[in-house]
Amino acid sequence: MTQDAEPPGPAARPARRGGAGGRAAARAAAHAAAGTRAARQAAQAGAPADDALTETGCDAPAASPASGGASLIACGALAHEILALIRVNGWTHLHLRCLPAKLHLRPELIPDEVARAVAEERAAARDPFVVYADCGTGGRLQARCDALGVEMIPGPHCYSFFDGNAAFAARGDAEMTAFYLTDFLVRQFDAFVWRPMGLDRRPELRDMLFGNYERLVHLAQVEDPELERLGREAAARLGLLHERRLTGYGDLSDFLARAAQPASD
Amino acid sequence: MADEDDDIVLSELDDGELVQQMHDDLYDGLKDEIEEGVNILLERGWTPYRLLTEALVAGMKVVGDDFRDGILFVPEVLLAANAMKSGMNILRPLLAETGAPKMGTMVIGTVKGDIHDIGKNLVSMMMEGAGFDVVDLGINNAAEAYIEALEREDAQILGMSALLTTTMPYMKVVIDQLKANGTRDNYVVLVGGAPLNEEFGRAIGADAYCRDAAVAVETAKTLVAARKHNQAHAN
Repeated sequence: MTQDAEPPGPAARPARRGGAGGRAAARAAAHAAAGTRAARQAAQAGAPADDALTETGCDAPAASPASGGASLIACGALAHEILALIRVNGWTHLHLRCLPAKLHLRPELIPDEVARAVAEERAAARDPFVVYADCGTGGRLQARCDALGVEMIPGPHCYSFFDGNAAFAARGDAEMTAFYLTDFLVRQFDAFVWRPMGLDRRPELRDMLFGNYERLVHLAQVEDPELERLGREAAARLGLLHERRLTGYGDLSDFLARAAQPASD
Repeated sequence: MADEDDDIVLSELDDGELVQQMHDDLYDGLKDEIEEGVNILLERGWTPYRLLTEALVAGMKVVGDDFRDGILFVPEVLLAANAMKSGMNILRPLLAETGAPKMGTMVIGTVKGDIHDIGKNLVSMMMEGAGFDVVDLGINNAAEAYIEALEREDAQILGMSALLTTTMPYMKVVIDQLKANGTRDNYVVLVGGAPLNEEFGRAIGADAYCRDAAVAVETAKTLVAARKHNQAHAN
């Protein structure tokens, strides 16, 4: 995945000669297994499994539902972090609804999916807040949220609001050649980067696809040696230098705190 | 089985079969086979222009159509375009020598602050395959770089690409600079990139938003032809 995703998909016809060999297939299987282990660990910690967040999203009803309470309509890639903030801050009245994280691979679909979720949350007498950044929609998600009268977290990407939008913007061109991953994307590297870019089938395309990048910056939300290892491994697979930057939850905390406040009217 | 196909000997195929095989090999991104096919047809006396149009451009049209229709995806198209490029590398000097017809000149590049060039490279290769001269400025281009190249190359088309929501507004900076210079209407301005859409293209004053490389080629042909038609009637 580039920082905004290119459309993925399978080849319609096999190559006449060449193609990925058994070794590449075995490596892909090994990496998939590593992802499954991480997902199992997350599930054991009480969070939805990453594979489910990628494919189907999740619904995490408020532990202490309140009439007219807030509902967070979020990307599945943010579920772990949002649930952690809810837990730590005691925002048990917040309802969380995550759309499938794989929508990132087709950003043009995000505005309609979010609009549908907003309508459904309102029908359930909940007050929706959208926890998606622009995410490659080219301003269309913001325009849709404005039209619906629903608040959306500011920023071009989750990379940006985890880093802090002001800090991210200030880095500007100095980080033009950085390829960002969050904790979720480190865990789901194969699902969001390796396979969608066709590198499982055509590993020889790696430098054509990533040759303009210089380093992979892992914007880490939590301290976790296993995630750090996966980040280093992802950087090595892409042929990039590795940098880990602990961001915590950045601007996400303030946005959720606002959503958690009682409605003024 | 793939092994059976490995027995194909390109030099033993007649011209029609070889051209069909080259279409298949382009589709499969087989660079070495395309180079071999080009050399065989040249040895058989094909003109570079005929070879370009019938073997390479026609083959890439299938690739472009299947990309547009969601049958092929970026990795496969990149490989096909690479194979096409290797054939073009053989033909380019010969086309210049033989005075093959030219469609026009395009200056293309990714905008300032953006290093993403997959889509831009595909457009570049497909445009060249369609008979346009392409001056590819690469990535991270300031307005001055585009404008200097447009003037230097006496180009008719400007292509700008961006993949980031944060960099796509720079396209308007370039167009506004062209307007300020009084040269905006000298060029067909095409824009593309994942977060863009037609509305954005209109809003910044581009002539067209192109959602993929195949659309870019068709749009360029249409708009350049319309411009020539209008100029002919104005004179």
